[in-house]
Amino acid sequence: MFAHDFVRNAYLAGTAIGLGCGIIGWFVVLRGQLFAGDALSHVAFVGAIAAAVLGLDERVGLFVLTVAMATGMAALGPRSQAGDTVIGLMFAWILGVGLLLLSLLATSAAGGSGISAANALFGSIYALGAGASRVAALIALGVGMATLLALRPLLLASLDAELAAVRGVPVRVLGAGFLIALALLTADGTQAIGALLLLGLLSAPAGTAHQLTADPRRGIALSVLLAVGSVWAGLGLSYAVSSIPPSSAIIGLAGGAYAIAAISGHVRRRPPGITRLDDAREIPPGREFATGHAGHDHA
Amino acid sequence: MTPSLSLNPLSDVQELVRFQFMVNALWAGTIVAVLAAVAGYMMILRRQAFAGHSLAVMAFPGATGAALVGLPTTLGYYLACGAAALAMAAGRMPGRRVSSETATIGTVQTVGLAAGFLFLSLNAQLLGGPESLLFGTFLGITSGQVLGLGLVAAACLVTMAAMGRPLLFSSVDAVGARAAGAPVRLLDLGFVLILGLAVAATSQITGALLVFALLVAPPATAQLLTARPLPGLVLSVLLALAIVWLSLALAYYSPYPVGFYVSSLGFGLYLLVRAQRAMRGVRGRRPRHSTPGTVIG
Repeated sequence: MFAHDFVRNAYLAGTAIGLGCGIIGWFVVLRGQLFAGDALSHVAFVGAIAAAVLGLDERVGLFVLTVAMATGMAALGPRSQAGDTVIGLMFAWILGVGLLLLSLLATSAAGGSGISAANALFGSIYALGAGASRVAALIALGVGMATLLALRPLLLASLDAELAAVRGVPVRVLGAGFLIALALLTADGTQAIGALLLLGLLSAPAGTAHQLTADPRRGIALSVLLAVGSVWAGLGLSYAVSSIPPSSAIIGLAGGAYAIAAISGHVRRRPPGITRLDDAREIPPGREFATGHAGHDHA
Repeated sequence: MTPSLSLNPLSDVQELVRFQFMVNALWAGTIVAVLAAVAGYMMILRRQAFAGHSLAVMAFPGATGAALVGLPTTLGYYLACGAAALAMAAGRMPGRRVSSETATIGTVQTVGLAAGFLFLSLNAQLLGGPESLLFGTFLGITSGQVLGLGLVAAACLVTMAAMGRPLLFSSVDAVGARAAGAPVRLLDLGFVLILGLAVAATSQITGALLVFALLVAPPATAQLLTARPLPGLVLSVLLALAIVWLSLALAYYSPYPVGFYVSSLGFGLYLLVRAQRAMRGVRGRRPRHSTPGTVIG
């Protein structure tokens, strides 16, 4: 199967995107920012449609709109983490605009909106060309490496923002930088996995890793392994059974691993992960949503 | 048929209800607006926006899966949203930490969407494309659907009213409610199920991706204006009704989709109220839904 160019391209881009999602996703789950990731990936879809309407390269729309949304969320939110109401309002509106663009596209001369919309929503990793897959791989690797370079300060800022600030870590800048890194990865991954399904590659492998280990380095390594493994196995499965779309196979496998880890963790009743730190801060259940710092953000 | 707006508002309204499909759409929109405004109000109080959005997109695999096996689409909506609500409630175990809960929600959401995409590609010729499922349509709503929506909405609203004060209490202060002996876990489960039903109903009109506009914008605006629950709920319902009616009228008289109007009007209204309050310099008194004190009283 590796005799085909399109398979090699898909594996190149998929491996790098899996790597990036494994690393960044681990922090997204730790920081409780999955909703922000969700919003960014939906915005990425609108970016792709907007680029199609304006006749630009799809990637221009993807990167410009997701980075703009990340900057907006960082600017509006306390501690560079926007509240979920504001995030929800913003992205519902941007999706509405995307819908308008979609209907404009359907009536425009370019036509054929159905196919491009479905591609932007659900990805088309087997349609990536050699150049596109190389660029996608480079961006995903770059974002992943940048996050690893900031590992220690980012970890401290995510777990205990006050302590990090006392130690001289620029918490706000770091938070904004992290959101922008997430935006870049989202825009990058949308071409391959699709705007709607990328969140699965951010949440499922990282969630599994958080279930299994509290150690950051082992957790990140496990998250990367699971993400890349899901991509490899998913691409293979979709190649073997052509009626299964690659992105569905990838997300299905990653979600299956998460379900197994969650159920077995529940059976063993072992207190999972970094509970100690969260307990120490006494976040009341029902309030914890959207930010790991919900107890503090009375800004 | 290309309706055009005249200068006489009365005849414009008459034109609006001239066709049965439009009457059905207005009825369905009204029911959905009331339901979404009430469920959304509690959702924002409980900070479960991510769960609400994830439940909403479950309508997509529900509809495509139902089409694949030959069930009625509406049944698929309710089954998928109900199943996802149960899966999310299972991830909301006591003692579980924050991150594992949001990871569960995110995973449930994308696995559902991935399944929907699989169903769609197995069944491509039966459905035109994903757009109408994801972004909704108000054309072709039957009287039977309106009746079904009404029944579901009534059931949800009655259940929420019955849960009333304990639900409100546990939403703003779960620890206090648990200490006072409220069945917090049962309330959690009940509310997530109701939210699932509400979004399944709403997504038949607004589509899976834009349910959120109706679920968040009216309650968020209402909570900017008052922190008291009952006036807030009433205001939220009124705002939702205004948004839906105006959007349906605008969509009828223009070639653009109704979802665009719903989300834009909702967002615009929120921004307007926020800007107005910022200009009046009431920042210090601005009620925040994260401050429980005034809400219970």
